[in-house]
Amino acid sequence: MTSPLQRKLKISGPTAITANRLADGVVVWLTASGRWSERLADAAVRDTGEGVQALLAVAHGDENTAVGAYPAPVRRTADGRIAPANLRERIRVEGPTVALPTAIALPGAA
Amino acid sequence: MPLVKSGAVTADPFVPTADDAPLPQGPALISADRLLREGEAPAGRNGALGVVWPNARDVAELAPLLSRLSLIALVFPKFRDGRAFSQARLLRERYGFTGELRATGNVLRDQVLMMARAGFDAFEVEKPADAEAFAAALGSYSVFYQPTGDGRPTAAAIRRAARG
Amino acid sequence: MYVYDEFDRTFLKERVAEFRDQVARRLSGALNEEEFKPLRLMNGVYLQLHAYMLRVCIPYGTLSAPQLRALARVARRYDRGYGHFTTRQNIQFNWIKLAELPDAMAELAEVGIHGIQTSGNCIRNTTTDAWAGAAPDEIEDPRLYAEIIRQWSTLHPEFTYLPRKFKIAITAATHDRAAIRVHDVGLRLHKRDGAIGFEVLVGGGLGRTPYIGKTIREFLPKEDLLSYLEAILRTYNLGGRRDNIYKARIKIQVHEMGAEAFAEKVEAEWRALKDGALRLDDAAFADIASRFAVPDFETLPDRPAGLTGALADPAFARWHANAVAPHKVPGHAIVTLSLKPVGAPPGDCTADQMDAIADLAERYGYGEIRVAHEQNLTFPHVRQKDLPALWKALDAIGVATPNVGLVTDIIACPGLDYCSLANTRSIPIAQRLSERFADHAKAAEIGRLHVNISGCINACGHHHVGHIGILGVEKKDEEFFQITLGGKANSKARIGELIGPAIPESEIADAVERLIETYLALRTSPQETFIAAVDRLGVEPFKERAYAPR
Repeated sequence: MTSPLQRKLKISGPTAITANRLADGVVVWLTASGRWSERLADAAVRDTGEGVQALLAVAHGDENTAVGAYPAPVRRTADGRIAPANLRERIRVEGPTVALPTAIALPGAA
Repeated sequence: MPLVKSGAVTADPFVPTADDAPLPQGPALISADRLLREGEAPAGRNGALGVVWPNARDVAELAPLLSRLSLIALVFPKFRDGRAFSQARLLRERYGFTGELRATGNVLRDQVLMMARAGFDAFEVEKPADAEAFAAALGSYSVFYQPTGDGRPTAAAIRRAARG
Repeated sequence: MYVYDEFDRTFLKERVAEFRDQVARRLSGALNEEEFKPLRLMNGVYLQLHAYMLRVCIPYGTLSAPQLRALARVARRYDRGYGHFTTRQNIQFNWIKLAELPDAMAELAEVGIHGIQTSGNCIRNTTTDAWAGAAPDEIEDPRLYAEIIRQWSTLHPEFTYLPRKFKIAITAATHDRAAIRVHDVGLRLHKRDGAIGFEVLVGGGLGRTPYIGKTIREFLPKEDLLSYLEAILRTYNLGGRRDNIYKARIKIQVHEMGAEAFAEKVEAEWRALKDGALRLDDAAFADIASRFAVPDFETLPDRPAGLTGALADPAFARWHANAVAPHKVPGHAIVTLSLKPVGAPPGDCTADQMDAIADLAERYGYGEIRVAHEQNLTFPHVRQKDLPALWKALDAIGVATPNVGLVTDIIACPGLDYCSLANTRSIPIAQRLSERFADHAKAAEIGRLHVNISGCINACGHHHVGHIGILGVEKKDEEFFQITLGGKANSKARIGELIGPAIPESEIADAVERLIETYLALRTSPQETFIAAVDRLGVEPFKERAYAPR
């Protein structure tokens, strides 16, 4: 999915602001109170360009806590949760789609 | 922006002078265009002369004018833009410029040692804290692999000397 | 192995101290992200999707056993217990914390390794033949020159803020195993009238605008290696484009100026430099050579009885035929360790595997390990009589899959599972293909075939030079893949040809299988490899059959 940093701001649905925490790189989400949370459930979600711009301004003002902030598309599930809306954000929330090599039992090839 | 020379913050005697303004009595800093237009003796004057030389312009153009210049200010518009490193080495090592070579623009402490190795001896650092840390920054390495015109011995040269 | 002396060790300590200070200033806010990013990149630190990534330089792909153990320690202590070997003979850790990076780097520096210049717009790790010092077809060990370039390029005061990254590769063998034609500068060591020198190529590269490098000098005497490189780099630093990141590589400068005009500019610059301080004399070569520890090879016969006997075991024989190559010293062999087990991410290696491999290298391989650009490891020096025992030990840790150079020896970038630049995933495609061709006997029958996968146009998976190249593209948040055919990275390097529209992930394995079936049906004999058949037939017959009838 094209790197969001290369995209123009064009909001077409529910959007949250995400970034990586400066000290450890962990994926974080901007909350309505202007803090960062590791839980997507805590994220502030906006549906308009102005709403997203306002959040983004808060995020960019806090570059010493979280870096590379950008708007990420999310969706609201039937039971009212927030979920990532594309593969890239799903991977950032859930981790790689492949098993880590430490979790794979390596069979002898012979 | 603090100007650091010989390891200490110092006042800048050079007065930046616009292309259409008369030159001051004391040391003047003029543009490359003006220098090239007015040739070797701008406005018939004897005060010290400095030039701001853009990083996209070949320093070979400066070669015939070097004896007239006390200062050449090279420019780092962004610290990532490293053209002035090559210009500095050419001015020092090929054209033999011995006056002040000043780094200007987005100059950070993380680069001053490399700048010194390339031949700069004056630094307009952007942040006051970087001026304070200047000596430490200049001393951050004691081992150098490449010969440049700065006279610092390379690891290879010291190894060789040790072998006799 | 090049053995670091006091200068090299002091330098590394100073580098770690400098980075520690830079990290502290970033965490305190004294450096902003824009200022810090190039500084961290030049220490190999990226910010990826989930975490920081550390790329550790393995100079020209050569590792000692203690160095590999240090990588294992870092993997365990600071990461999640594994690392990923890359196409540039480096290793990447995917889950490192910025605040802990200086400590991780200090541990690596203890054994003489680091992340310096594995990223950023500077001269990167100079790469070479993974078989250097062992291959029978080599004229001289290219690592001597790679080390000379390493020292010259390390924190070069003039060339650390280039328009874009800069990659140099050297080969000294008849067969180019270093892909020099797709590097910013490629050096081919050869002899003229008994003297050693280099053919110099510039402007090769993959990425979004792939080019094959152009020769700007047929023979450069070895004494002039550094002055000539300095002339090339100066020409690039002053004249390379800085207005557009996608046009900033030297290949664009060479292309826009024309190779001849570029060469003239370099030659003019070089004439002013060649007799200066960079000229290398015999003492300079001897000094570097003296710090390369060369194994004390035993005098041994080729094909010892123990080996001949073991070849009766078909499983061993299959591995031997696949992973073992001739060595320049009688009684020895070069062994490739496959990091491509069926269904696993290409190039990944766990900390436990690294420790075990380090032990085996000491026991059977004169303590030396190499990283090959195909994302495998190599033991360059193994006694042939030890091969049966080594095979059993390698097999027990999962690195004896007999698929070296075959369809399942896939090169793949990390893709969207890790990388913040990727458009699509790569690893799951590699897994699908390796499961589809899991029958090693069938893969051996197909023969030599390079499948390269990139998850975006930056081409870290070298898809342009895969015999079959696969490039991920995104369409409306869905993953699609383009297929190219006929690429090569060797001395006849060529960019592969796109054979048609992109297809969804679910159809990739079928399409590749149809390409292979087409080859099997059209080849003149089992000796005609896939790429030879594409050379003979062109891509048309393959194009026709690659796509499922719709």
